[in-house]
Amino acid sequence: MSPAASKLYPYLFRYRHRFAVGALFLVLATAINLLAPWVLKLAIDQLAGQLRPTLADVPATASSLGFYAVVIIVIAVAGGICRFLMRRIIIGASREIERDLRNDFFRHLQRLPLTYFQANRTGDLMSRATNDLAAVRTMAGPAVMYSATTSITFVVALGLMLSISPSLTLYALLPLPVVSVVVKWFGTAIYRRSEQIQEQLAHLSAVVQEALAGVRVVRAYRCEPVEIERFRVANEEYVARSRAIIQLQGAFHPSLALFLGLSSLVVLWIGSQHVIGGRMTVGEFVAFNAYVVMLSWPMIAFGWVTNMLQRGMAAWHRMLDVLEVEPAIRDSAAAAAGAAAGGVHGTVEFRDLTFAYNGRDVLSHVSARVEPGQVLALVGPTGSGKSTLVDLVPRLFDPPPGTIFVDGVDVREMPLDTLRGAIGYVPQEPFLFSDTIRENVAFGLRPAESERSSPLVVERSVALARLDTDIEQFPRGFETTVGERGITLSGGQKQRTALARALLTDPRILILDDALSSVDTHTEEEILSGLRSLMRQRTSIVVAHRISTIRDADLILVLDDGRVVERGTHHELVAMDGLYAGLHRKQLLEAELEES
Amino acid sequence: MTDDHEVLGKAYDARLMRRLLGYLRPHTQAVVVALGAIVGYSVLQLAQPYLTKVAIDDHIATGTLDGLDRIALAFFIVLIGAFVLEYVQTYTMQMMGQRIMFDLRMEIYRHLQRLDLRFYDRNPVGRLMTRVTTDVDTLNDLFASGVISVFRDVFTLVGIMVVLLVMDWRLALVAFSVLPLIAWVTHWFRRNARDSYRQVRGWIAQINTFLQENITGMATVQLFRREERNFEQFDRINSRHRDAHVDSIFYYATFYPAVELLGAVATALIIWYGGGRVVQGTVELGALVAFLQYSQRFFKPISDLSEKFNLMQSAMASSERIFGLLDTPVVIASVPDETAERPAGRGHIRFEHVWFAYRSAEGGAEAEAEFVLRDVSFDVAPGERVGVVGATGAGKTTLINLLLRFYDVNRGRITIDDVDIREIPLPELRRRFGLVLQDVYLFSGSVRENIRLGHDEIGDADVRAAAASVHADRFIDRLPGGLDGEVAERGATLSVGQRQLLSFARALAFAPDVLVLDEATSSVDTDTERLIQDALHVLMAERTTIAIAHRLSTVQDMDKILVFHKGELREAGSHQELLAERGLYHTLYQLQYRDQERPVSAGASDALPQAAG
Repeated sequence: MSPAASKLYPYLFRYRHRFAVGALFLVLATAINLLAPWVLKLAIDQLAGQLRPTLADVPATASSLGFYAVVIIVIAVAGGICRFLMRRIIIGASREIERDLRNDFFRHLQRLPLTYFQANRTGDLMSRATNDLAAVRTMAGPAVMYSATTSITFVVALGLMLSISPSLTLYALLPLPVVSVVVKWFGTAIYRRSEQIQEQLAHLSAVVQEALAGVRVVRAYRCEPVEIERFRVANEEYVARSRAIIQLQGAFHPSLALFLGLSSLVVLWIGSQHVIGGRMTVGEFVAFNAYVVMLSWPMIAFGWVTNMLQRGMAAWHRMLDVLEVEPAIRDSAAAAAGAAAGGVHGTVEFRDLTFAYNGRDVLSHVSARVEPGQVLALVGPTGSGKSTLVDLVPRLFDPPPGTIFVDGVDVREMPLDTLRGAIGYVPQEPFLFSDTIRENVAFGLRPAESERSSPLVVERSVALARLDTDIEQFPRGFETTVGERGITLSGGQKQRTALARALLTDPRILILDDALSSVDTHTEEEILSGLRSLMRQRTSIVVAHRISTIRDADLILVLDDGRVVERGTHHELVAMDGLYAGLHRKQLLEAELEES
Repeated sequence: MTDDHEVLGKAYDARLMRRLLGYLRPHTQAVVVALGAIVGYSVLQLAQPYLTKVAIDDHIATGTLDGLDRIALAFFIVLIGAFVLEYVQTYTMQMMGQRIMFDLRMEIYRHLQRLDLRFYDRNPVGRLMTRVTTDVDTLNDLFASGVISVFRDVFTLVGIMVVLLVMDWRLALVAFSVLPLIAWVTHWFRRNARDSYRQVRGWIAQINTFLQENITGMATVQLFRREERNFEQFDRINSRHRDAHVDSIFYYATFYPAVELLGAVATALIIWYGGGRVVQGTVELGALVAFLQYSQRFFKPISDLSEKFNLMQSAMASSERIFGLLDTPVVIASVPDETAERPAGRGHIRFEHVWFAYRSAEGGAEAEAEFVLRDVSFDVAPGERVGVVGATGAGKTTLINLLLRFYDVNRGRITIDDVDIREIPLPELRRRFGLVLQDVYLFSGSVRENIRLGHDEIGDADVRAAAASVHADRFIDRLPGGLDGEVAERGATLSVGQRQLLSFARALAFAPDVLVLDEATSSVDTDTERLIQDALHVLMAERTTIAIAHRLSTVQDMDKILVFHKGELREAGSHQELLAERGLYHTLYQLQYRDQERPVSAGASDALPQAAG
C-alpha cells in the first residue's frame, strides 16, 4: 500500500463492521443473481424433453413450469433484498467517510495561518473539499463495491460455465479479455483528450474574459471584429478537439458491443453444434448464453473501476497537499506549558521590530510601548506598514522572536487562545457573515458567555458603536440578515458592526485599523467620545488616515516605508512641520472643499 | 456563487423548443443521416434474438447442421453493421451538436460585442462567461444526445413490441403485462430521485457558501476564536448533506432491484404461459427463447427515456438564460449608412447642455440626485488642448464615456462640427479618438499586438515608430523577444510606468485626431516620470486633446482648464486666470498639486493584503 493510500486507511477502518456486513450481502446478492440462469436451464431442458425425448429425461408438465416460474420470482426477490441492503450499507458507509473527511479537511483549514489563504485561492481550496472529495468517496465506496461484485461474478460464472462445457467456455471467453483492454484503453484516451478539451475551454473562457473585462479598450479602438475573429479561432479549435474525443466516444460503445457480440456469436455457432451433437442440452445452451451476458459486465466494470481508482488517488493526493501542511502559527511548547496564565493586563511593547514579507522588509526597527489607558496612534501613507504592525500583535503573521511583548511576555510564547482572547480587533474592511446582525455582533462570545450575557450587553456595545439607530430602521431589527438575502450594509455600517463585535468581547487591548474610515466625521466623533471612558481602562492601538481621529493620542508614530519617521503627540508633530504637519494641513483644506 | 442557481422548471416549453429546433435547420443533412442510422441500428438490434430463435427452431430442434454457418455469418454481419451504424449515428449527432454550439457561441459573443457599457455595469463578467460556456454546454447535451436519441428509444421499444406481436400475439400480451408496472416504477423513481437530488444540491450549495465565507473570513474566525463553534456549524451542514445522500441511496437501491424483479416476473410469465404453449405445440421453443431475450431489452429504452426528461429540464433553463441575453436590445447601435452624417470640418467638439445619469431612470422620471453631469456645456476647438480637473466623483471620467458613446446622454447633445455624435457611424466616431485610460488594459499576446490591437493596417514600421516616439522602445528592446515578447496576464511583468508608455504607443499608432486621456495617478520613479512627461508632449503635439489631468505640468500647459465639481462645470480658463480667481481651482491646486513641487520620498510600495478583510 502506498503511503498516501495508507493515510486513507483509518477512515475506512472506522466503518469496518459495516463494510463486513455489506460484504456479506454483496456475496449473497451476487450468488443469488447467478442462480437465475441455472433455473432457466432446468426449465428449458424440461420443455425440450417434451419435444425431443433424447435431449432430456423428464417431460415438462404445467405444474413443474409453474414451479420454475415461482422459483425465478423468489430468486429475484431474495436477490433484490440483498442487493438493496448491499447498496444501502456500503454506499452509506462511503457517505460517512465523505463526511468525516470533509470535517477533518475543514478543521485543518481552521488551523492554517493567514499567509496560507493569501497564497492559495479560495476556489481551489473549495474544489478540493468538494470535487476532489467526491472522487475519493467514489473510490472508497462504489469502486470497492463494483470490484467485489465483478470479481465474484467473474469467478462463479466462469465455474458454472466450465461445468457446462469447458471447451465452449474457452471459445466464448476469447474475445472478453479484449473488452477489458478496450475499456481501459478508451478510458485513458478519453480522459486525456477530455483534459485537452478542458484546457481549450479554459482558453476560450480566457478570451471571453479578457475581451469583456477590457470592453472599453475594445470599443474605443474598434477591436470588435478582431475580438470576434480571436474568439472564432478559439471556438474552432474547441470544436476540433471535441471532434477528437467524439471519434473515440463514438467508437467506444460500438466496440464493446462488437466484442461482446462476438462472444454470443461463438456460443451460438459452436454451442448449436454441441447441442446437435448431443454434448449439451438446449437448457444449458440458453443458460450459457445468459452467463456470457453476465460476464460482459465484469469485463466492462474492470476497466471502469481502474479509472475510478486512478482518479480517486489523484484527488486524494490533492487533498493531502492541504492536509499535510503543518500549521505555521500555533502554540509553542512553552505556551502550552504556561497556559495557566491568568488575565491579561494589557501592556503592549514593540522592541526593535523588523519584519520581512516575501523577502522585503515591511517594517524596520520599530519600537514603542503602550500601557493600559493609553492610546498609540499610527499614521502614514498607504503601504507604509501600519496594518502589518497591528496584524502582528494577534499573530495573524508571526513576528520574529523577542520583538513584540504583551505584559512583558513574548507573544510567541503566549497561548494563542489567551492572546487573541485579550484583543479586540476592528479591521478597515471588516468581514461579516451572512447571518443576523445579532449573531454578527455576538460573534466573539464564547457559548457559555453568550448564555450569561443579557441582550442588554449586546445592545450596549451596539449603542457604543452608534449602530442602534440604524438597527431600529431595519425591518427586522437585530434579526435582520446581513448580506445576500438580507440587507446590504453600507461600508460605515459594516465598520460599526465590527466595532460592536469587538467591544462585546470586553478586550484588554483594542486595535482599530482605520476602523472608522467609512463613517462620516460627525458620527466618528460621537463614537470616539463614547469610547473614551472605555479606553481609559484599556490599551488602544489606532491606525487612522484622519488626523481628527487621533489628535488626542498619547503617542503618534508616523510611518513611512516601514520606518518610524516622526514620533510624538499631535502638538509636538505639528510644531515639527514635517510629514504629519503637511497631512494635517491637507485635511483641513479637504474639509473646506467639502463644504463649498 | 449562488447566482444562476439551478432553476428546474418546465421540461418542455413550446416557444423555447421551437426556437431551439431552429438551430437544427442548417444541419438537415446530418439529421437525416443520424435518423437513417438509428432506424438501421434498431432493426439490427432486433435481429440478434431472432437469429437465436432460428438457430434453435430450424437447427437445434431438428438436429440439422446444414445452414448453421449461414446463421453464424448473418449474426456476424449484423454485429459489424451495428458497429458501423452506431458509430455513424453517434459521430454525426455529436458533431452536429458541436457545430450548433459553435454557432450559438458565435451568436452570443457577437451580440456581447454590440451591447453597451450600461449592460456591462449590470452584468458581472463571470455571469456572462457562464452563458458562453456552461449554459451552451448544457444545450449541447440536448442536441447531441437528447432530441434524436429519444427517437431511438421510442423506435426500439415499438420495434420490440411489433416483433413480439408478429411472432405470437398472445404470448406478447402476456409479456407486455409488466410494462405498465415498469413505467410506474420508473416514474416513481424519477420523481423521488429528482427531489432527493435537489435536496443534495441544496446542501452542497450550503457547504460551498459556508466554505467560501469561512475561508475568506478565516482571519476573523481565528481572531475571535470561533474555530470550534464554526466547526460545529459546518459539521451540521455536512451531516445534513450526508443524510440527503443516504436518503437518495434508498431510491437507487430500490429502483434497480425492482426493475430486475419485474424482469424476473416477465421471464416467469413467459416460462409458465409460453412453456405451456410449447408443451401444447402451439409455440416453438426457439420463439420462447427469443421472447425471453427480447423481454430483457424492454428496460433500457424506458429508463433512458426518463433520463432524457431531466436533461430537457436543465436544457430549457439554460436556453431561457441564453435567449434572455440574445434578446437584450442593443441600445447604442451604429446608425445605418443611409441616414449617417459625416462631419465635414476639422473636428470641433461641443457639449450642449448635457445631463447624464448612470442609472437609467424608469419611465423617464429622472431622479434629480442620480445625475452625474448637470447641464454641462463647453467647446473644444480643433487643435485645442483642454484639461479637466475636479475632485473624485465630480464627473470627469463620464465626459470620456459620453464622448466615445460608451453611454448616451440623457438630455442635451454632443456634436462634432455641428453633427450630433448619435448620427455618426460608431466606427467612424471612435476612429477619431485615441483613448488612454488610467488603468492600462493589456491583452495576453505580444507587445506588438498590444500596440496595434489586431488592426493589420498598422504596419510594423508604424508600431516601431510609435513605440520610439514615446520612449517605449527602451524597455521593449530589453524584453525577451522585444516587440514579439509576450505580455503576461494583464501585464503583470511590466511596471506601472512601462504599461503607461505602452498605452501611449498604442494611442499614437492609431494616429487619432483627438487624444482622450485619463491621466494615471499612480506614482512612478522620477526617471519614468520624466519619460512619461516627454511622451505626453509628443502625444499632444498638434492634436486636439481632452485630458483628465493629475500632474501639475500637464495642467499648467493646457490651453484651457475645465473645473468640475459635483457634476457641474464650475470654472473654466487658463491656469493663471483660474489661480487668480482664487476659487475652486485654487483650492484643488493646493490640495492635489502642491506636493508635486517638492517631491517627497517615492516610497509608496504595495501594502500587505488587509488582514481580516
